[in-house]
Amino acid sequence: MANRLVGRAVPRKEGGDKVTGKARYIDDLTFPGMLYGATVRSPCARGRIKGIHFEGGIPWDGFTIVTATDIPGKNCIVLLSDDHPGLAQRVVNHPEEPIVLLAHPDKYLLEEARRSVRLEIESLPAVFTIEESLARKEIIWGRDNIFKSIRVEKGNVDEAWAQADFIVEGEYRTGAQEQLYIEPNGMIAVANPQEGVTVWGSMQCPYYVHKALVCLFGLPESKVRVIQVETGGGFGGKEEYPSMIAGHAALLAWKSGKPVKLIYDRAEDMAATTKRHPSRTRHRTAVSKEGKLLAMEIEFVIDGGAYMTLSPVVLSRGTIHAAGPYHCPNIRIQSRAVATNAPPHGAFRGFGAPQSTFALERHLNKVARVVGLSPEELRRRNFIREGQSTATGQVIREKVDMAGLMERAFELSRYYAKTQRFAEENRGRRDKKGIGFACFLHGAGFTGSGEKYLASVVGVEATPAGRARILAASTEIGQGANTILCQIAAEALGLEYDQIEMASPDTGVVPNSGPTVASRTCMIIGKLVESACLAVKQTLVGSGLLKPDYSPEEFFRACAAYTQKCGPLKAFSQYQPPPEIHWDEEKYRGDAYSAYAWAVYVAEVTVDSLTYEVHVDDFVAVQEVGKVINPVLGGGQIEGGVAQAIGYALFENVVWQEGRMVNSQMTNYIIPTAADVPRIRTYFDEVPYAHGPAGAKGLGELPMDGTAPAIVNAIEDALGIGLDQIPVLPEHLVELLEVSRV
Amino acid sequence: MCDERHKVNVTCRVNGREYTLCVFPLMRLLDVLREELRLTGTKEGCGEGECGACSVLIDGELVNSCLVPALQVNGAEITTIEGIADGDRLHTVQEAFIEAGGAQCGICTPGMILAAVSLLGRMPEPSEEDMRAGLAGNLCRCTGYMKIFEAVARVCQKTGTKVNA
Repeated sequence: MANRLVGRAVPRKEGGDKVTGKARYIDDLTFPGMLYGATVRSPCARGRIKGIHFEGGIPWDGFTIVTATDIPGKNCIVLLSDDHPGLAQRVVNHPEEPIVLLAHPDKYLLEEARRSVRLEIESLPAVFTIEESLARKEIIWGRDNIFKSIRVEKGNVDEAWAQADFIVEGEYRTGAQEQLYIEPNGMIAVANPQEGVTVWGSMQCPYYVHKALVCLFGLPESKVRVIQVETGGGFGGKEEYPSMIAGHAALLAWKSGKPVKLIYDRAEDMAATTKRHPSRTRHRTAVSKEGKLLAMEIEFVIDGGAYMTLSPVVLSRGTIHAAGPYHCPNIRIQSRAVATNAPPHGAFRGFGAPQSTFALERHLNKVARVVGLSPEELRRRNFIREGQSTATGQVIREKVDMAGLMERAFELSRYYAKTQRFAEENRGRRDKKGIGFACFLHGAGFTGSGEKYLASVVGVEATPAGRARILAASTEIGQGANTILCQIAAEALGLEYDQIEMASPDTGVVPNSGPTVASRTCMIIGKLVESACLAVKQTLVGSGLLKPDYSPEEFFRACAAYTQKCGPLKAFSQYQPPPEIHWDEEKYRGDAYSAYAWAVYVAEVTVDSLTYEVHVDDFVAVQEVGKVINPVLGGGQIEGGVAQAIGYALFENVVWQEGRMVNSQMTNYIIPTAADVPRIRTYFDEVPYAHGPAGAKGLGELPMDGTAPAIVNAIEDALGIGLDQIPVLPEHLVELLEVSRV
Repeated sequence: MCDERHKVNVTCRVNGREYTLCVFPLMRLLDVLREELRLTGTKEGCGEGECGACSVLIDGELVNSCLVPALQVNGAEITTIEGIADGDRLHTVQEAFIEAGGAQCGICTPGMILAAVSLLGRMPEPSEEDMRAGLAGNLCRCTGYMKIFEAVARVCQKTGTKVNA
């Protein structure tokens, strides 16, 4: 019976609806009497609101108008803190901050009206960069502009410098990145004091939205209901901001007494919602002449934008991943998330790790050059092994073979042969070819005690028709959650894949299984599904209605008999950390994640030395992620993540002007097309993880971490110059190679 | 019939059915399809002709319906994602997208499938380079395009050289 369904490429649960156009996304729904909503936003980065003027030519009487004073509960979109207002009242802290909401049945007139609201704002000095924020040019948040500081100490860094043969320093930067799900954000709300608030929408985390609405309306939890509808991509971009949009739609519905649909257009979505945190990382590394890492001192800073949102948690993951899959006896990491007057930066696939991994994997190439070793040899001498410990002192108990993954990746990409051939052939040619790689890890699930505090719950229900139905708040956002959870359940129950159903993620129906983020759905939620299934089976067997080795038909009959006799059959399972996991939040010591995925990626590029365009010609992604539940979906996650990270490395450049994104269009914010991606060759090494469902870990964010440094290392190989920031645009290369020559 | 100020009659065939609509002449075809005909399979991703989520076929040619004014489709034959399957029988391209994993979040999928159908209509045995060029007007943020190429390749294997657009 083992692995009848796990490991098989069963078709996506909702695939049929998606290929026929039947799948209903939020903008495809209409309600009788529905109004459209719009948001009036701050034109300036920081200032005092002096007046709101509704100018002439618009029949304002027909509009529903909401400002901060209409909020029935507390004016905040609560998440980790309560600093983030739902609507700005006296001051604005970033461009595009929402101030006024409008609703009207005619969406064309609504757009005219939105432009006819004149905001009178007295501007205040603002802070736009990490440096300005750290220098406290202005205090714009709290006492010191710092959302969160973390310090990780391992061994004794201060004593290590004296033993070093070389000390290598470097500074690395990464830019903001827009998630750019192809479906813009949107919500529909029905709300009134009698029935409470119900919202439907595009989102990753129904219970985050639920929590925010309870606070914004001051309602009991039972009076708020949140329902996820088909969601056209998230990548973290629909983790926290949907709470804001749901709040706005609900405020308009509450005041107008009518259903309100609030859909962002692309420009609004890009300019106003969260992006990946820009970062600056400084490395100082002590190394012996044999190439052993003796000490690493890392300073990691991320720009959080104007409000806290998730920045402390992004910082945490970035910090823990900053020393990579290497063993070093002495490590100090000091990190800070700082405030600027930009729209808050937020969750995006990788969640801090792509930033700090870029810095490390660029820096180690520099270290190798200084020591006089090849980049691969330096890494080989420092890879972490079973029994050794990470920066937080986490002893690696799982089988890890980074050197093996690296050799496999080199074989598949013909790395050694190509390194040599490119070096010979590049001379005198316009097209310069290069090959580079990155080695990295990604922790699955919430950091530290996160999963313990979340204490996620999943239910499995045996329906009277004899089917099993999974009750989870996990959302399908394209990654395949519905499919893999059904595979895991079918495997655990000995049923067929199509005999398992997913309940719609509706907070009125499903328990709180936490957010759909952090590469946690498969490993954490999948495991809970597995144990809830076993509990259902146990109940049926224990009741005497089912013998231990049953057929699907016998299972159906037993379900029918049980529900008739005893009522509904539901089993719930709640997360318990594996027994050996310990985390000290104060000292930042211990088991940061219960499991890691390990990977080595190799990129091959061509740089046109006349136009400085970079093209990725080949890409090999080798990773160990535990058991792969569905190879087509798993492969799709890696390929999609690699493509997104190619954009991060080479194209995706958010242009800032006084805290505002000025290229908030697909015409001038460029993501990879079918013509820009190489063949992405994905290989899984599967080492079953003891605490994962059928041995699985997490993999969704992994490809975002190592792709950009692999590409930039390849560019370095092609051109012979070190690059310390992404995106690498042709104009940057011109600057580096030509302007500096003059 | 069409007496609202500034509106005009537009007659067109959509998925084989004839419609006469009373619409503003500059209403986007995308809105005509989604709002007037309730054919919501055609999606809006950017509204400026960059992403291709709103792709439909007009007289067999692939276009971004967000850039086409209603007046321009008078007398035209339009095919949307809803008109691709033959009743309950999926088109080979739709089947291939399911099998190969060419659809993830699904929002680009209707447009991407029409782009693939259009490509295969012009070029029954596209090379990988042909696929890259032929599908470059349709952005997907989920798949990295690999499984979309694979879906197109599967169609060729299944149907030999004959692909029914």
